[in-house]
Amino acid sequence: MSKIQDAFAHGKAFIPFITCGDPSLETTEQLVYAMEQAGADLIELGIPFSDPTAEGPVIQEANNRALSGGVTTDKIFDMVKKIRANTQIPMVFMTYANVVFSYGIERFTKTAAEVGMNGIILPDVPFEEKEEFADACRRNGLALVSLIAPTSHERISQIASAAEGFIYCVSSLGVTGVRSEITTDIGEMVRLVRAASDIPCAIGFGISTQEQAAKMAKDADGVIVGSAIVKICKEYGTDCVPKVAEYVKSMKDAIRDL
Amino acid sequence: MNGRFGIHGGQYIPETLMNAVIELEEAYNHYKDDPEFNRELTDLFNNYAGRPSRLYYAERMTKDLGGAKIYLKREDLNHTGAHKINNVLGQALLAKKMGKTRLIAETGAGQHGVATATAAALLDMECEVYMGEEDTKRQALNVYRMKLLGSQVHPVTTGTATLKDAVSEAMREWTRRIDDTHYCLGSVMGPHPFPTIVRDFQSVISKEIKQQLMEKEGRLPDAVLACVGGGSNAIGTFYHFIEDESVRLIGCEAAGRGVNTAETAATIATGKLGIFHGMKSYFCQDEYGQIAPVYSISAGLDYPGIGPEHADLYDKGRAEYVAITDDEAVDAFEYLSRLEGIIPAIESAHAVAYARKLAPTMDKDQIIVITISGRGDKDCAAIARYRGEDIYE
Repeated sequence: MSKIQDAFAHGKAFIPFITCGDPSLETTEQLVYAMEQAGADLIELGIPFSDPTAEGPVIQEANNRALSGGVTTDKIFDMVKKIRANTQIPMVFMTYANVVFSYGIERFTKTAAEVGMNGIILPDVPFEEKEEFADACRRNGLALVSLIAPTSHERISQIASAAEGFIYCVSSLGVTGVRSEITTDIGEMVRLVRAASDIPCAIGFGISTQEQAAKMAKDADGVIVGSAIVKICKEYGTDCVPKVAEYVKSMKDAIRDL
Repeated sequence: MNGRFGIHGGQYIPETLMNAVIELEEAYNHYKDDPEFNRELTDLFNNYAGRPSRLYYAERMTKDLGGAKIYLKREDLNHTGAHKINNVLGQALLAKKMGKTRLIAETGAGQHGVATATAAALLDMECEVYMGEEDTKRQALNVYRMKLLGSQVHPVTTGTATLKDAVSEAMREWTRRIDDTHYCLGSVMGPHPFPTIVRDFQSVISKEIKQQLMEKEGRLPDAVLACVGGGSNAIGTFYHFIEDESVRLIGCEAAGRGVNTAETAATIATGKLGIFHGMKSYFCQDEYGQIAPVYSISAGLDYPGIGPEHADLYDKGRAEYVAITDDEAVDAFEYLSRLEGIIPAIESAHAVAYARKLAPTMDKDQIIVITISGRGDKDCAAIARYRGEDIYE
């Protein structure tokens, strides 16, 4: 069983996202341990990018804070290496094509795998462009996670057939960020995935409350939450660790036994 | 691979937008050869935008520089005052045929925003324009024009609050609302099929130059010059000459305060290969791929990338790209105003500036065509400030 599949072995998976270096890499490291303790099943580590076109204001600002603080891809690799010495929790990077491309796709994926990452999510690399990255990911043992969106329709089956790790189901139109209501027929999206593959499906974008998480988790294998956690990091800064842990625990409790 | 120019181009966009660009490509492939669509577009070009634009022999400039004969392709005489209207009329008409009722657009100097607002008014569509807050200050008059035409203008405060951030925000807005909305991208950039669509609609510039110069001189030009930000007026100027190997294709980038400073927007001179805004091309960026905060006096050239077809023409050695500083562009802005009575856009002044260097090195029987992509009224207040004079717009 791959590390990523482990994440879906303890009831419905809770997958928190944090931006590396927001507010500091030391805090990011502590957040990983605390979130694992609180029940997180897989952790998405965002490598900040100057112009994240798939993000709403909350994560855009987190990217800016991290970059202003001097975070770089190399410093993040060093941090992951340290984290990996202390925990076995599955972890995937979430970043943008240019961060990987400019580092060198082979060099990036090789280093990421060596320091202990299990996969990577690139929201600006759709099915049509994935081979450029997938080849190096495969060679180095990283899962390149595919996304599907409410607009994907007939594309879902080809995307799911070639997917690795898990499928990131984008819950609604638009960019990342807290939403009061999600109206997409998630059940239908997941059914289309299931028809093509038995890969786990995790739903993200816009989820912040226990009720939303429970509703989404009924139809899927896991729930991804980013902006709601990043907001806590912004509000409490370097004191955010216990607050985030408390939130993660409440969210995992809401979906664990569905 | 989809929409590649050599290694450049592609479709590096969120999955949410993939079906939208596929639908756009299908619609474009259908309508581009549709006689009815082309008849309507030609009618808009000729009777609304004022095409064909003039090819004007700049006699005083030619004499002053003492070398090659200089012609100006007067895109500044188009309705709305720039080449941007060519692409916008094409895309707006296409969007209308696709059943879209709302246009969104990014704008730098405001020329593309004004053109989009104009087409939206004409075709009875909703329009919202994203413009960097910094640029709304530099180009306040164009903000007012867009509002007057019935569009909403959203000042973008993220990032550097300039053109790249306006593009990012327009892309984000498109992922929010796709069904009724067409993203009317203003340059030969972004994901496939935009670089091809915009190129095709702008290629009317070189088509006309070729024909007009043949009538006037019975021959091809020796060089064609245009300014390059994303590169739409430049690709329009180059396109029908790409196969004519004797014609030098010269793009003039904005060097800002100089290519050896951080305050530059000269992508070919200072950028490296990357992936951003939906395309693989050259971008100004740091060693970790973070996009650089670029600078130019010209809001329209203040962009950290260049269209993928330009990147490929550069790789192949078919086109040359030169960098022009703020100082050189402002001098050229004043030069053309005084010598020919034509106030060019500060963007276009970058091409005029290079012609001033190039023409004297050429023979008197050689010909240069400079595309004056837009008119300079919008820049007068900013140039006055640059010269230390504070005037009210």
